[in-house]
This record gives sequence, C-alpha cells and structure tokens, in this order.
Amino acid sequence: MSADKFKVVNTRVLKMDALGLACGEPVFTDDKDFNGLLYGRLLWSPCAHARIKKIDVRAAEEAPGVKAVLTWREVPRVPHTTAGQGYPEPSPYDSFVLDNKVRFVGDRVAAVAAETPEAAEAALKLIKVEFEPLPAVFDPFEALKDGAPVIHDEKDAKNIPDAAHNIAAKFEFEVKNGEWFKDADFVVENTYRMPYLQHCAIEPHTVITYFDNFGRLVIRTSTQVPFHVRRIVAQALKIPVKKIRVVKPRIGGGFGSKQEVLLEDITAALSLRTGKPVKIEYTRRETFVSSRTRHPAAVRLKTGVKKDGTITDAEMDIVLNTGAYGSHALTVMMCSGSHTIPMYKVRNNIKFLGRSVYTNLPVAGAYRGYGATQGFFAWESQMDIMAGKIGMDPVEFRKRNYIKLGEGSPVFKAMGEGREGVEQVITSIGLYEGIEKGLEAIDWYAKKEKYRDQKGPVRRGLGMACLMQGSGIPEVDMASATIKMNEDGSFNLLTGAADLGTGSDTILAQIAAEVLGVTAGDFVVRSADTDLTPFDVGAYASSTTFISGNAVKKTAEKVREMIIAVAAGILDREKESLRLEAGKVIARDGASCSLSEVANTSLYYSDQHQIIASASHYAHTSPPPFAAHFADIEVDTETGKIKILDYVACVDCGTAINPEMAEGQNDGAVLNGIGHTLSEEMEFSANGTPLNAGFRRYKIFSTADTPPMRTILIPTYEPNGPFGAKSVSEIGINGPLPAVANALYNAVGVRLTDSPFTPDKVLAALKNKE
Amino acid sequence: MKKNYSRLEASGGFFEITLLVNGTKREFRVKNGEFLLDALRRYGYKSVKKGCDTGDCGSCTVIVDGKPSLACLIPAFSAHGSAVTTVEGLGTMRAPHPLQTAFVEAGAVQCGFCIPGMILSAKALLDEVPDPSEEEIRKYLDGNLCRCTGYVKQIQAVKAAAKKKRGGKEA
Repeated sequence: MSADKFKVVNTRVLKMDALGLACGEPVFTDDKDFNGLLYGRLLWSPCAHARIKKIDVRAAEEAPGVKAVLTWREVPRVPHTTAGQGYPEPSPYDSFVLDNKVRFVGDRVAAVAAETPEAAEAALKLIKVEFEPLPAVFDPFEALKDGAPVIHDEKDAKNIPDAAHNIAAKFEFEVKNGEWFKDADFVVENTYRMPYLQHCAIEPHTVITYFDNFGRLVIRTSTQVPFHVRRIVAQALKIPVKKIRVVKPRIGGGFGSKQEVLLEDITAALSLRTGKPVKIEYTRRETFVSSRTRHPAAVRLKTGVKKDGTITDAEMDIVLNTGAYGSHALTVMMCSGSHTIPMYKVRNNIKFLGRSVYTNLPVAGAYRGYGATQGFFAWESQMDIMAGKIGMDPVEFRKRNYIKLGEGSPVFKAMGEGREGVEQVITSIGLYEGIEKGLEAIDWYAKKEKYRDQKGPVRRGLGMACLMQGSGIPEVDMASATIKMNEDGSFNLLTGAADLGTGSDTILAQIAAEVLGVTAGDFVVRSADTDLTPFDVGAYASSTTFISGNAVKKTAEKVREMIIAVAAGILDREKESLRLEAGKVIARDGASCSLSEVANTSLYYSDQHQIIASASHYAHTSPPPFAAHFADIEVDTETGKIKILDYVACVDCGTAINPEMAEGQNDGAVLNGIGHTLSEEMEFSANGTPLNAGFRRYKIFSTADTPPMRTILIPTYEPNGPFGAKSVSEIGINGPLPAVANALYNAVGVRLTDSPFTPDKVLAALKNKE
Repeated sequence: MKKNYSRLEASGGFFEITLLVNGTKREFRVKNGEFLLDALRRYGYKSVKKGCDTGDCGSCTVIVDGKPSLACLIPAFSAHGSAVTTVEGLGTMRAPHPLQTAFVEAGAVQCGFCIPGMILSAKALLDEVPDPSEEEIRKYLDGNLCRCTGYVKQIQAVKAAAKKKRGGKEA
C-alpha cells in the first residue's frame, strides 16, 4: 500500500479549530465566565527544605472576601504521584495535596480561595508559618552520598527504591557477550550534561472547578491527560470517580508540562470546601518554578569502536535530577536509554545504569523528547567523536551502523517504560533517504570543501545527528473512539485523545474520513471529556496518531460494516459488492445510494437502529520515527557567539496524515531544541531560589533570532500504523544539541558537552584549546 | 476620539472610563491598579491572552490608537478615550480578516494561544509596510512568542496576506 492511493489522509486538510482560534473565539480554560467564581492562590515555600512547625491561618480566614484557607491539616493525606500515566503508575507515590514538609523553593504550603484575586493575594500574606529549616541538597551526586539530607523521609511514601540515598528510581540492564572493550581499537568516554529547562507553553496552567446540577465536581483544565486527572484527583481527595467530570477545552500548548496533575487537586479541594466554583491560574513565574521542567542530566557514555567502523561496546550511565518529587522519574530515565541505544548496532556488550535522584529543586517531569533528548545529546556527540578517532566520515559511520529494516535490539525487550519492554523489529525506516536528502538540502559535501581552510575570526562548520523516538508505549497505552452517524450522512467522532494544539482532532477525522469515503469536514469531533468520550490515556509518548489513530480507524471500519449492511438492503445487492466513496455507497455494477439515505433508513424506516460503533486500540509495538538533522553554523571566535546559518531536519514519520501539520510539529520541536542548544537554562541561587523564572531572563527564540529552518518529510509506510503513520511530535527536539555540538567541533575544533552552548562556554573552550 | 473626555476621577477605588473597542463606544468600570488586559478580558474580550503579565510574551497585543501595544502593561485608566482593536474586531468566523484566513491556510495555527496577538502585530505591520521583506516581518513580530510552530508557517502566512492585500502581486 502506498500513500498515493489516499483521498483524505496525506492530503492538505486545514486544521479544524484554526479559524476559531485565529478569530479569538473563547475556547481556552479561562475564557469562560462563572458566576460567583472564587479566586484560588497558593502560598509557596520560601525554603528549599523545611518542616512546617506551626501554621496559623486565623488572620487569613477572617480577612475580607476570604472563603477558605487550606493547609495540610484540612486535606486528605494520600500518597500519590502527580504524573499522568497509566495505572498503576510506575512513579513513586511521594506527593501529597499539602504536606507538613516543604522540599523546594516553590513547594506548596497552603491554599486560599477568595472573592477577588486581590483578596486572595492579601490573605496569603496573613498566613503565619514557622518553618524548621532542614539541610538542603541541590546536586544529585551529593544527594546520593551517605549522610546527605533525606528529602523523602515520610513513612507513608510508596515505591521509592532508596529514600535514604534520595534515589527516586533506578534501573540496570546488561547484555554481555564477552569481555568489555576487548575488541575495541578506541574507547571513548565522556559525560554530557543538560541543565533545568522549561516547557514555556504560552498558556499558563489554568484550572476551574465547579459543581454541575447533580452536585458532581467538574474540572475544566488545561491538561494533556483528562482521564488520568480524573483518576488521580479521585485518589488524592478520596472521592469516587463517578463524582468527577474532567473537561479539556482547547489547550495553549503543553509539551509534557500538562501531563501532570498540577492544580486540579488543590483547586478541587477548594471547591469541595466552599461549594463554589474556584479558579487557579499560574503566573508565568509559577509555571517556571512550581510546574514541571526537563530533568537535568549527566550522561556518562563509554563506547568502544573498531577501525573498520564497528561499535563494539556501549556503557551508558545516566543520573537525572528529578527535583523534589519523583514524577516521571523512572520512565524518563529509562527512555533516555531505550529510545537511544537501539539506534546503532552494538556488537558485543551493552550496559545501562540509570538513577533519578531527588534534590531540593523544582520538580522535573515529562518534556517533549522524554529522556531521548538527554540521551541523544550524548550518543550523537559520541558518534562524531568515534568517527574522528577511526578517521571515518561521520555520515558513513552512521549509515554503516544504524538499525535497519527487519532488525531488532535487545534493548526493546529489556527496557520499557517503567518495566520490561516489548520485543520488536523495525518495520519501516526512511533514514537512508533522510540522510541523503538532508545532505543535498544543506549542500554538505560542497560546503565541507569550502570550509576546509578557513581563516579569520569567524569560522563555519557543519554537523549532523540521527534520531529515533517511539510511537506510543507498547502494551501499556490504550485509546478508544466512538463514531455515530447522523441523518445528513455526517458523523460525530468522540475520542478521548487530548488535542493540546497539535491538531489531533483534525488528523483523527482524516483517518475516519478515509475509511468512510467522506471528507474530514463530515466529522464533528468532540475530544477528551470524561463524561462524553471514551477512554484514552492522553496526549503523551508520541502516541496519539499511532494509538488513537488506530482506534479511530478500527471504529470507522465497524461503522463502515454497519453502513454497508443497511445499504445492501436499500440497493438489494450483496454486501461484498459495496464500497464507500464520495459520500455514497456504490455497488460494483454502479448502483448507489447516498450516506444520508443509509442514515435515514436506519433511523426512521427499516430495522431502525443507530449506526454507532466503538473500538479500542492497544499496540504490541512502538514503531520508531527516524530523523536526520543537519546544522550549518558560524562561530565568532572573538565573541564566542554561535549563529545557525541553516538547519535541515528530515523526518520519517511514516505516512504523514496531514503533511502541513506534521511539518509544523517538527518545526516547533526543532526550534525548541535550538533554544535548548543556544540559550535556555534555568538558574538558581545558592539556596535553591530560581533566578530567571520568566521570559525576560529565560530566553526562548523569537522571530528575529530564529534561523532559517526546513523540515523535509520522508514518506515511508508503517504496516502497524493507521494508513502507514508513525509519530512525529517529539523526535525533532532531540537533534539540535548534538548537530550543533558536532558543527561547532567541525568549525573550531572544540567539543562542548555541557549545554547550552553560550558564548562564554565557547570562548572558555577556545581558550582551553590554545 | 482622542482623550477629549471629562477629567478622570476615581471613586471607591474605581475609574469610569470610555473606550472605543472594535468600533463600539463602551463604558468600563476599572479598578485602580487594573491593567487593560484584565479589564478587556473582564468585559468579554477573551481573545486578549495572558501569557506572562510582564510584557514579555506578546499574547495580550492589542492595537491602541493605531499602534500595537501590550495590554498587560497599560494601566486601564490611562487608556481612557482610546480606540482599541482586539482580534474579535478584525474579523469573525463568518467574515474573517485576510490575515486570519492566511494564518489558517498556511497551517500557522497550532495551539492558537499566541495567534490573536501575532495577527494584530501583523496587521499593524501591513498597515505600515504593505510589502514587508522577510526580515521586516521577523523584526516586527519579534515581540510575539510562540512555542509551537518555530514561526516558519506564521511568517509564510504574513507574506501570503501581504501579497493578497497587494492584489496578488509579488513585492
């Protein structure tokens, strides 16, 4: 099967919510007014690590307009994880709605709800807290030592592998086929470091909770995981799932930061206390400090290589800083290996050792790339270093070693997300074409020649990186959909998939339309409302196109059978002779009826029934998308400034269901990765206070400094995907760090292993070289 | 309608101000210390977005007396007598402005949170420079942060809208 047979899939279809968004329709969480709304605010810890000895809220409670003040005494104490993951979650249960201990500057102390934002703010100042400061630890390697402050000393936390050494998660895995590094001609060992990084979704986290006219709690929230939110809030506040409805309106970006219960529990607790609608919205500063971040990482990678280009051994030892709580601690750490090590064949021995470590800093969580970003920075830098050692062209070295069609890796089986993985072989790969097209687009070989003997203070260089990711979590993720037919031949598509701005509502309609021989516009899509739509794990792990897409395809196929059964009666033809095309059911002999006739027959005339079906999808594989990235850069050796002159990203996402939107996903991921490379880093004072918690001092790229970037889609056909599709949303973020690091080495001969590559680091490295 | 109203007086911590919003004259009762962003949202102009509240992200961009302005930095009372355009006033789903159409057609809208502000910046640009170069577009939209798109398709959208405005002629 190939893409040219499609009528709706892989064609240009405009994103169905785009016009409303461009016209400023009130579609986001905070765009709806509620009568009698109370404004919730949180009191944040000023201490990195302390016990709350005393907390006096009387003055706050008595202040004008204040309706509720909550401390740890007023909320249920249920250890849980805030990570929005499948149940039972692989993350430690180390979080409480409120606690009598604070573990980082920005941790929750208390919550208030008041009639105005000003009254809520004023009430916070009236809460008197007496802290007993505890020694704090900010460096994960210090936190691992005997005698380090124990951040989770509470007795009721669960699934912390070694609380005494602040280990929130650990995993080890080894394949041993002989003596370590025996066959290697060269052994390369480096440690690659990445700092705290922020998602920077432009919409801050916002939650409004209220009661419907049955007294049920409605949670209107900017979330990627509505069904997990329902389950976790029920668990944390000890209320039945049936008493909760979670509604996901349009979401202003998430990138992983909204794969988390961040405000839903505490906002709900304030509503339960007051019986009133309550809103909490984060300020931008709060999104930096008290939401989630990327896990800072130290990846030690030791690899062996033979002169002929064979990679003999690989030992990867990763220490992630998970901050004060272990949200996503195990899974991000495992993905740093499971999404990267299979990229290249390692002939003899493979070892992975991963630890996620608590510190008294902000909480790390899910972030686009999910560990693979940290892992590929190490791997793809190391690939260039190894190629240099053996004197092989880094492009040829990669081509020789990357995983090929039909091949597997012991890592797929050994390392899943939080548990054993699933064996799989590669069933589609367009990496060769991706590399070739990228080389051509960036004019690699001609430029290499041109850059050979450079003089003067400004030098140019080229670098590349190869990448893979996954498409959902195999044998964990499940998605489902319902489709029902209306009189005019239109359909309602109800899906649990959470469109967070990615366009999944549109591509899921395209998939259903392809099956039913109609247009995407024939679908009215409702997504991610726990009362109205069937279950879906949510928008994460690059799962929506692959898992939810397959669920929608299966559902549409069931509906097609039902339509054909009715049409066979109308047309008096054999079912087998019928097909759906252009809004009609057409028989082989040309007889036809419209879908509207079919719908009306089933609803009003004969054997009356609603044409409706549901189906679920659960995958046994997670076919990786692949990518080849190329950077052409300029380095000013006097200032240390790196300028990207051109960036080309070729991505094989199988069949792009909506090519324009797939390009957009990749463009955004790449620019986010470029930010990680050149400017982004959260900074902290010596006592753990964030120093640059805002867009003024945490620099993300704007139009003026965005370099020329191109996304090239490399079509392949993934047999397990809906119409050949794989994932696309995350992979692009992993490329810029190693591609630019390699280009920097190519330009000026210095290797940076510590991101971001700011001018001061480049200058220091150049000075060191002299 | 430039500031030719009676002297502004606060009573009970409130100011009564008059704004011409999207061509309609409206009275606003704004709190002392309230910014134009919050006042506009409170009066139903939900397209004006709060992304940072510190003048860094551009999501609250509105056109005040012809100039793109950050509503989160303008004390509401000081806008008394001003003409304010929000994206609701530019076009509607039934009759969208060419820039709104261009953003949709270019695939420039992902989450859409930054889009109203960006479209208003783009409108101000095209009012000033009908045939902007790519560099001019990049400079002019520099204050509107987007984390979804990499700006690639948004810049294409502005180019397409400019071309359409010129009657399809290349710049």
